[in-house]
Amino acid sequence: MKAHVYNRDHINTDEIIPARYLNMDKEADLAKHAMEDIDTEFVEKVEAGDVIVAGENFGCGSSREHAVWALRGAGVKAVIAESFARIFYRNCINNGFLAIECQGISGSISNGAKLEIDLISGEIKDLDADKSYKFPPLPEFAQEMLEAGGLMKMISK
Amino acid sequence: MGQTITEKILAKHAGRKSVKPGELVNATLDLVMCHDVTTTPAIDMMKEHGITKVFDPEKIVIMPDHFVPNKDIKSAEMVRKIRLWADEMGIETFYELGNHGVCHALLPEQGHVKPGMTIVGADSHTCTHGALGAFSTGIGSTDLAASLSTGELWFKVPPTILFNVFGSLQEGVYAKDIILEIIRRIGVDGARYKAMEFRGPVIDELSIEARMTITNMAIEAGGKSGIIAADDKTIEYLKTRGIEGEIDLVKSDEDAVYEQVIDIDVSDLEPIIAFPHLPDNGKKISEITEKIKIDQAYIGSCTNGRIEDLRVAAEIMKGKTVPKGTRCIVIPATTEIWKQANKEGLLDIFMEAGATVSSPTCGACLGGHMGIIAAGEKCISTTNRNFVGRMGSPESEVYLASPASVAAAAVSGYICDPRKS
Repeated sequence: MKAHVYNRDHINTDEIIPARYLNMDKEADLAKHAMEDIDTEFVEKVEAGDVIVAGENFGCGSSREHAVWALRGAGVKAVIAESFARIFYRNCINNGFLAIECQGISGSISNGAKLEIDLISGEIKDLDADKSYKFPPLPEFAQEMLEAGGLMKMISK
Repeated sequence: MGQTITEKILAKHAGRKSVKPGELVNATLDLVMCHDVTTTPAIDMMKEHGITKVFDPEKIVIMPDHFVPNKDIKSAEMVRKIRLWADEMGIETFYELGNHGVCHALLPEQGHVKPGMTIVGADSHTCTHGALGAFSTGIGSTDLAASLSTGELWFKVPPTILFNVFGSLQEGVYAKDIILEIIRRIGVDGARYKAMEFRGPVIDELSIEARMTITNMAIEAGGKSGIIAADDKTIEYLKTRGIEGEIDLVKSDEDAVYEQVIDIDVSDLEPIIAFPHLPDNGKKISEITEKIKIDQAYIGSCTNGRIEDLRVAAEIMKGKTVPKGTRCIVIPATTEIWKQANKEGLLDIFMEAGATVSSPTCGACLGGHMGIIAAGEKCISTTNRNFVGRMGSPESEVYLASPASVAAAAVSGYICDPRKS
């Protein structure tokens, strides 16, 4: 998986999926505009299984879950950030989408680096730089939800 | 050990005597709010998972507001889908065009909010309703689907930061300036995952509407919720909204444990303008040395589109004219506010000054419709976010300010001190 690195804090949901596209709610439609107001070339560069690496408070702002769907629809496998805004993080967990909080990751990874994530040991390996970064394992309930495939699958079980 | 108001409300709704920050609880919900943008995915999710009923149609309210009156075919289809679904589910509280308004102004105005309640809404500014002493927080569409289906939701009990607001507020300085100052001090993630409790003599003095301006922007500091314990003013307000009888006046205990207590002395506070592109980028009006010409002034939204806001703006704009090269849009946040402003002659004042007044909508606040700005344009706005592209082009700029500051800029064409207007 390739890293798309944005060494910036407070990347917000307006940038991830601008409101002008909120008259749509299908993942495939939203995916065409993922990250549009921060990087107009993102959807052309991203490949299935890639990850986004960013700074603090990723996903702040609006509660629009469209932000998670746009990223997932574009092929993003996970977002790795120093920290996440609350509603975005909930939306990730509820969708069974990987949001990894990893201190010290921002500013350390080169754009385009090949990464490997080990969820069990809580480790991100930068294969290009031969370096690794530890992250605390996801909370148990978040792991259960990931495994179940999201909140709705859990409650309708 | 004492508990905060937030812990008490969550404990009660989780069937517990007490809860501690960090604990995960399942809490029952007293009210679930839906609007046009985030609800259709929740409807699809429920259908996809074979859920054919909502938990309680009387505890669900639907308030299309973001793109109303419908801005295009796609948004018309979304509201139509919600309307049909509401009928199917037996949800009667649907604020149709003509009774519509920006959800966070409409919800308390129409008497849906009471102290001690748990409220979720599929909109980040749902934290507004903490102004009436409720636990109220924004959620996404999956949480909405789960809430509509089961009437309960998982919460991590947040630690609370107490903001003790005291001093004497100068004339021309408003609730908006207080919250912009708080966000300026603690940053856009200063209260991430936390409850923000506001208290103190200045908060006591504020009207309920002004308190809503404060709790509304808790999310702009990353807060999970903003809350102000109910008092006599709250009870008076609720009476005007048709709510009487027993009210749960829940308060934080004297020995409640706060993660942090922050004192805010407002005596020297000036009007604050939050510069692009974050709400914490506030500057005191006296420290702004450059002359900033504005293309658009926007008065409205769940933050500052209520009647008191319009009165303040009208007083400044009365008898003055929006200069050539500047546009001013005034959007009363709800139908009732629109009618009241009309009755008081405020709408005439705006129109005479050369502003335009439109139907209630979230519209331009989020770059939705009715006042989008172009590349290179600057808008001063009474709204809550000034992120890149928030009100239109990613190359435009948004400056956040109080209704007084926005009105003063509207009639001068430049960002200026409203106390000198």
